[in-house]
Amino acid sequence: MKLIIAFLTIILLTFFCGHYGLPWYMVAVVSFAVNAIIHQKPFKAWLTSFAAIFILWGGLAFFFSNRNEHILANKMAQILPLGGSWVALVLVAAFVGALVAGFAGLAGSYLRQTSKKKP
Amino acid sequence: MRIFSLIITTTATIALVYALNKPWGATPAMGMLLSPQHGLWQNADNVNETFNNTIKLPNLKAEAQVVIDDKLVPHIFANNDADAYYIQGYLHAKFRLWQMDFQTRAASGRLSEVLGRGASNAVLNFDREQLRGGMKFGAENSLQKMEADAPTKQAMDNYTNGVNAYVAQLSAAQYPIEFKLLGYKPEPWTNLKSALFLKYMAKDLAGFEEDFEYANARNIFSVEQIKKLFPLGQAVLDPIVPNNQITQSAFLKKPPTADSVVGFANNITRNMPNKDNGSNNWAVNGSKTKSGRPILCNDPHLGLNVPAIWYEMQIHTPTHNAYGATFPGAPCVIIGFNDSCAWGFTNAMRDVKDYYEIKFKDATKQQYLFNNQWQNITQTKIETYNLKGGEVFYDTVTYTPFGPVMYDNNFGDKLADNKNYAVRWKAHDASNEIKIFYNLNRAKNFADYKAALPYLETPGQNVIFATKTNDIGITCQGSFPAKWQGQGNTVMPGYDSTYMWQGLIPQAENPYQYNPARGFVSSANQYPVDPYKYPYYLGGLYPPYRGAYINRLLTAGSNFTAQNMVAMQNNNYNIFAEQALPILLKYTNKSMLNTEAEKAFNTVTQWKYIADANSAGAAIFDIWWNKVHRKLVDDDRAKTTLKLPQMVESTLLEAIIKDSSWEFIDDITTPQKETLTQQITTALNDASIKISELQNNNSLTLGQYKNTYAQHLLRLVPFNITSIQNGGGDHILNASKGVHGPSWRMVVHLTDTIEAYGVYPGGQSGNPGSKYYNTFATTWRNGETYPLLFMHSPTQKSDRIKWTMNFKKA
Repeated sequence: MKLIIAFLTIILLTFFCGHYGLPWYMVAVVSFAVNAIIHQKPFKAWLTSFAAIFILWGGLAFFFSNRNEHILANKMAQILPLGGSWVALVLVAAFVGALVAGFAGLAGSYLRQTSKKKP
Repeated sequence: MRIFSLIITTTATIALVYALNKPWGATPAMGMLLSPQHGLWQNADNVNETFNNTIKLPNLKAEAQVVIDDKLVPHIFANNDADAYYIQGYLHAKFRLWQMDFQTRAASGRLSEVLGRGASNAVLNFDREQLRGGMKFGAENSLQKMEADAPTKQAMDNYTNGVNAYVAQLSAAQYPIEFKLLGYKPEPWTNLKSALFLKYMAKDLAGFEEDFEYANARNIFSVEQIKKLFPLGQAVLDPIVPNNQITQSAFLKKPPTADSVVGFANNITRNMPNKDNGSNNWAVNGSKTKSGRPILCNDPHLGLNVPAIWYEMQIHTPTHNAYGATFPGAPCVIIGFNDSCAWGFTNAMRDVKDYYEIKFKDATKQQYLFNNQWQNITQTKIETYNLKGGEVFYDTVTYTPFGPVMYDNNFGDKLADNKNYAVRWKAHDASNEIKIFYNLNRAKNFADYKAALPYLETPGQNVIFATKTNDIGITCQGSFPAKWQGQGNTVMPGYDSTYMWQGLIPQAENPYQYNPARGFVSSANQYPVDPYKYPYYLGGLYPPYRGAYINRLLTAGSNFTAQNMVAMQNNNYNIFAEQALPILLKYTNKSMLNTEAEKAFNTVTQWKYIADANSAGAAIFDIWWNKVHRKLVDDDRAKTTLKLPQMVESTLLEAIIKDSSWEFIDDITTPQKETLTQQITTALNDASIKISELQNNNSLTLGQYKNTYAQHLLRLVPFNITSIQNGGGDHILNASKGVHGPSWRMVVHLTDTIEAYGVYPGGQSGNPGSKYYNTFATTWRNGETYPLLFMHSPTQKSDRIKWTMNFKKA
């Protein structure tokens, strides 16, 4: 249950941060904060954050790219370089976001544990 | 333990965010770039995007509509001129913002702010060259003149406000992709930026010179040899104005020592505009057309860039109704037509940029020698370059009455001789080119055309014009320095006033032709007049062939339709080959050819001079001719490591047609004397290596050999448009070369309702992520075109109208 709540909260909060023009690294702030508040074991915290952002960034990137018929992603995947594959670019974007969120979630979880153990 | 984990993971997170939030060398900040709500995905335009919109903006005086057609061409319907230019600025920014920023940065020496120094300081040196050459100096001078003219100032102010209204409402996520890749932000537009853009075009079109190279040539070759290698005029001489009446100048005096001055012998590497920046234009009157109404055609040949230099639009206000190609960066329609007339341009090719050697009294550079006296310099400017990454570079530039001292001990490679060279460029002078466009947009008749002309000073252009009432005309227009024969061909002494420009050619003495008996006017960068029968020296390079071919077709033809003209713009007949190939074939010793060369010889013998994309003969001819050119003159040029002027092809061809024992045919590096036959035969044997290589790759066609494409301004290969390998080439009406060619093909048939066609190799959107980025490319490649939707009211019905933007006062 906690996992699902944390998962959805991260997705929603990160989405709205982006929507209202806050910087991209709010993915880290949100994952950190959510896991600092909703306590989970470190592995679960990492998994929740990683999966949430992988799905959010991957999903949004796919959504924007799909309605563009992948014109830009195919070109950018040559510049970056990813062999001109929009699929690879979507996956890389999702992974990079998820990686940041995963570390931040893990840190958030450790903060929670550290502060709870203290008298 | 957990604190340890906390510290580790927190540090790792911060380090990761830090690493992803900053650029590393040329690699952009990846976190932002990959984020779906911030980065590249925001530039992936919806292919089903609708442009129906209500846009509320400050500064609008009244409501306005912009009707957008299926090509994404906006048709502005405004209730006053001010709003029209405001909306034009807004739309240019909406579709071409990054290009506008980048091109004006290039003009004002600010590329290093966003690109850094570049490898071996290439970018910084480019920037310094721009400022030391007086680009900004000229733009500032011109801006004063532009803003002193009330209608121009109003157009510019509103245009600038329109650009800024768009920029103001732009979120960082909406910045064009190039800003994100380079990691910088759009900045407010200014009137100065429009002036800078016009100087950018002036440099492209009137910045070519070979003064140092000519000076070098005079150190290597005799006067007689120079006349042979770099002659004035050509045998194929079909000038724009055949019957020029101006043969005497009232005031021009050539200094007695002029022919003996031999100065410079050194190399200065500088960025020179492409010598092929040219164009075709022609207009026929009703005597030559099926309809009895004039047809005007124009296709400017420029570097093929994406985003394209042109943006198509229509501007309709109570004062005028103009349609055509616009410059993102400046108000008005540049090449186009209105309800009454049509106009176009080709480059005048004149040499309006000269260098003067300046002798300073001492290292402080505060005084210079002039007519045996020490004179004070005009000013010293310290230019500041804020390089990407935070470093600041300062450059001191000395200004003299000639212009800025471009090359001195601070700048210019290998200037070990401690000499100083000031540059005098006509584009330094204040001029208001916006006003010629402004006036032509509103022109109703021939008198209006004539009144508009004097505003075009630099770059000089052959301005062509036609009206519905059957007037046609062409003027070799510009504000040109009046030069004595040979003036400014080489570096001149800056300490002797007799070498200064002695004035301007009076406007009335600019060659022109109105309603000639032959029923047409035309130009294609050839000599404006017979250079031996005009009192002023023209300078520059004048390719003769396209012009001669246009005149041949227009003389022979009659009952022209607009479709004939579209086909003529795409005509691939190689008139140069028509003269050159018979010479090559005549002077080939077939018994000396290798097997591959013999095959090529047989193929090219069958070739009928049509340079279509799939032609093997056209490719073989090009490769062979290039080898011949190099074989004949490279050995003579190799007498020095110094740079020499380019030898134009007409010179070489006309020399070998006339004289098969021309003195430069012999290879001076061998003891024996080579004949023309030996050289041409060996050239084909040499060429056969390349030819058979292409043959083996199954790519021996002109289209693949020449490989025409449009290059992204940042040279990002995936953003190029590469699907446009077509026919044509140098000396061909369809002047499509590697990354250079017809940048806007327009045909206007001046019927009651105006029948017009146009196409450019790009698309209306400057966003590489838009489906409108390369919309027109295939049509352009195929030699096809689009009918232009010339509207008269925003409520006009057409199935080509897709969307309407409503502009309202905020």
